[in-house]
Amino acid sequence: MAQLDIIDVGHTYAPGAEEERWALKPLKLTFESGRTYALVGPSGCGKTTLLNILSGLVRPSRGRVLFDGVDVTALPTKARNIAQVFQFPVIYKSMTVYDNLAFPLQCRRQDKARIDAKVRQVAEALDLHDRLRQPARGLTADDKQLISLGRGLVRDDVAAVLMDEPLTVIDPQLKHSLRRKIREITEQFRPTVIYVTHDQYEAMSFAQELLVMKDGRAVQQGTPEQLFEAPSSTYVGYFIGSPAMNFLTVDRNDGPFTLGGRPLSVAWDIPRRTTEVRVGVRPEYVKVVTDPGPNTFPGRLRGVSDHGAQRVLDIEVAGQPVRAKTPREEGVPVGEEVLVHLPRAKVLPYADGKLVLRS
Amino acid sequence: MNLSATDLCLTVDGVDHLKNVTATFRPGRLHTVIGRTMAGKTTLLRALAGLQKVDSGSLTRAGADFLKTPVWRRDTAMVYQQFINYPHLNVFDNVAFPLKRAGLSRDEIRRRVRQSLASVGLADFEKRKPSQLSGGQQQRVAMARSLARGTGILLLDEPLANLDYKLREQLRDEFKTLFSEQGDTIVVYTTTEPAEAMMLGDVVLVMHEGRILQSGTPQEVFERPATTTVASIINDPPMNIFAGRLAGGQVTVAGFQATHASAHLADLPDGSYRFGLRATDVSLASSGVEGQVTFVEISGSETFVHVVVGKTPFVVQIEGIHDVALGDVVRLRLRPDRLFAFDEQGALMRTPSYDLASVEGR
Repeated sequence: MAQLDIIDVGHTYAPGAEEERWALKPLKLTFESGRTYALVGPSGCGKTTLLNILSGLVRPSRGRVLFDGVDVTALPTKARNIAQVFQFPVIYKSMTVYDNLAFPLQCRRQDKARIDAKVRQVAEALDLHDRLRQPARGLTADDKQLISLGRGLVRDDVAAVLMDEPLTVIDPQLKHSLRRKIREITEQFRPTVIYVTHDQYEAMSFAQELLVMKDGRAVQQGTPEQLFEAPSSTYVGYFIGSPAMNFLTVDRNDGPFTLGGRPLSVAWDIPRRTTEVRVGVRPEYVKVVTDPGPNTFPGRLRGVSDHGAQRVLDIEVAGQPVRAKTPREEGVPVGEEVLVHLPRAKVLPYADGKLVLRS
Repeated sequence: MNLSATDLCLTVDGVDHLKNVTATFRPGRLHTVIGRTMAGKTTLLRALAGLQKVDSGSLTRAGADFLKTPVWRRDTAMVYQQFINYPHLNVFDNVAFPLKRAGLSRDEIRRRVRQSLASVGLADFEKRKPSQLSGGQQQRVAMARSLARGTGILLLDEPLANLDYKLREQLRDEFKTLFSEQGDTIVVYTTTEPAEAMMLGDVVLVMHEGRILQSGTPQEVFERPATTTVASIINDPPMNIFAGRLAGGQVTVAGFQATHASAHLADLPDGSYRFGLRATDVSLASSGVEGQVTFVEISGSETFVHVVVGKTPFVVQIEGIHDVALGDVVRLRLRPDRLFAFDEQGALMRTPSYDLASVEGR
């Protein structure tokens, strides 16, 4: 398995276009060997372009792609030693499951005993070991996707496994089990995996690290926990988590921040600036309390949405909407007037849509 | 004018698609039908619309035999999972299409189209073609067309299923307001998502293998699931259901001394039961039943940790996003006061006391 570096890589499908309009704005990234990454974002965000640059299907307009330090920018797909899993399963229909898995090794003229051992090891992991002699065409879509993945795993020399929305054609009920299978297998074989999806929760369930993309830019790279706890922008705060992170405009004259005229402490102090400052706080951390206290604000309960084990309360604080997610056992507050506590450590400062880092 | 179904049955190739479906759909109410795929939800909607013949049973509206009413006189509009628009018509004409066919005046058509486009937030999109719209906008156009007709019955078949997560979340909020403005319309809305059924429905009908297993307010169905199957379907992740024994004030699961029995189980005779515990009521703790992590998944703002205890699988829901390693040995704490008890056939015997209190206090 290899480390993949992309250095100042950018791409435009319209040569001559100004950089602002490129499908992928120039960026620098490292995908460490043996880790799983998900590229996630809405359609048109550049995630597929980036994947295609890694696989060699697209030659970037600018920049260099390195596999373990070797420049592969000019190399075609077949010279890059990567395994790919696409939206639709790609299998050799006329071959058995065994031969499908063995094919990449046979092409590389490895000896029979070695091939056999490797195929059986991978088939065991894929749960296909009792169907090795069956023709591959008779398998279900999810098993066919496993074969696509398995063909990558049989090769010891494969640099990376690239997956492009591999669950698209899988029945909803089977998606869960296939995703689980893919994750188990990657934990066992530890390939470098780059996984593209538009579904943020599929990405978070699968990958060790996410790269959130928007408008051709990587807006944040981090573990699922980092994206949830400290979104680097208001967009990530909205995109990750349900309901989305709350953002509130706050005032600051001479002293501390204020919300509706009352002092508000934030997680860390930030330099004084003229631009509008907003604070972000996740609905999970907003608490309806009975007693006044620091960082506690009067609000009006505007609506209650019953989600089952949780309720989402729509509250207006200082004329701004705030959502609180509460466990069902806490019940619904009585009356319209409520007190809302925003725990200081969870109140993050944002300016110009970006998280202001602790200085 | 209620729409009443009685004992609707439909069998195709020996499989029950509808099995003794009896339900009353009332004007001004939103009825969510929740079930897994293939539960019979779409078949039910098609039967109500007159697009699907049934083998037996009756369907009446205002005393009239609705089964004999032809499709075009059923006063029904339907919105499909796969949004359908006329690609060659702009947004205005897409919405106006059925109104023109109904022979309404030009002014009335304009009034209704504008009103329904405004209600779905597309007032400024009249001149666009469907291909120039996002998926969510296209589904809103289909919705506006159905609303503009002002039919007495509105059927929606998993209208959000094909949309991105964030869009689903947004439209769900919008639908809540939108449907509350529909006056006396009977709305029937199918979904596979418990939270959607709960937050949108005035009435929730739980469907499984062609049958309606339970119907009631969201609170009734969620807090008093009639069977283990209902409990599983109405919770996301599905409620943990496991066989256990109650003896001498203790609950044992697969041989493990799991927890003591709370007051709400005190009057149950000793014996074998099936117990239910929501994923939110199991936690990872420093002491408790030992198990191994088999899988971790993230949904919305929650982490679902799958743990197997002996051979019994559990799902633990933790607020927030956390990194839990596969294969780790963990200990589970089962909240005794939150146990649901079902008999061995899966029928509800006892519900947690806080749930009971809140239902009966209404």
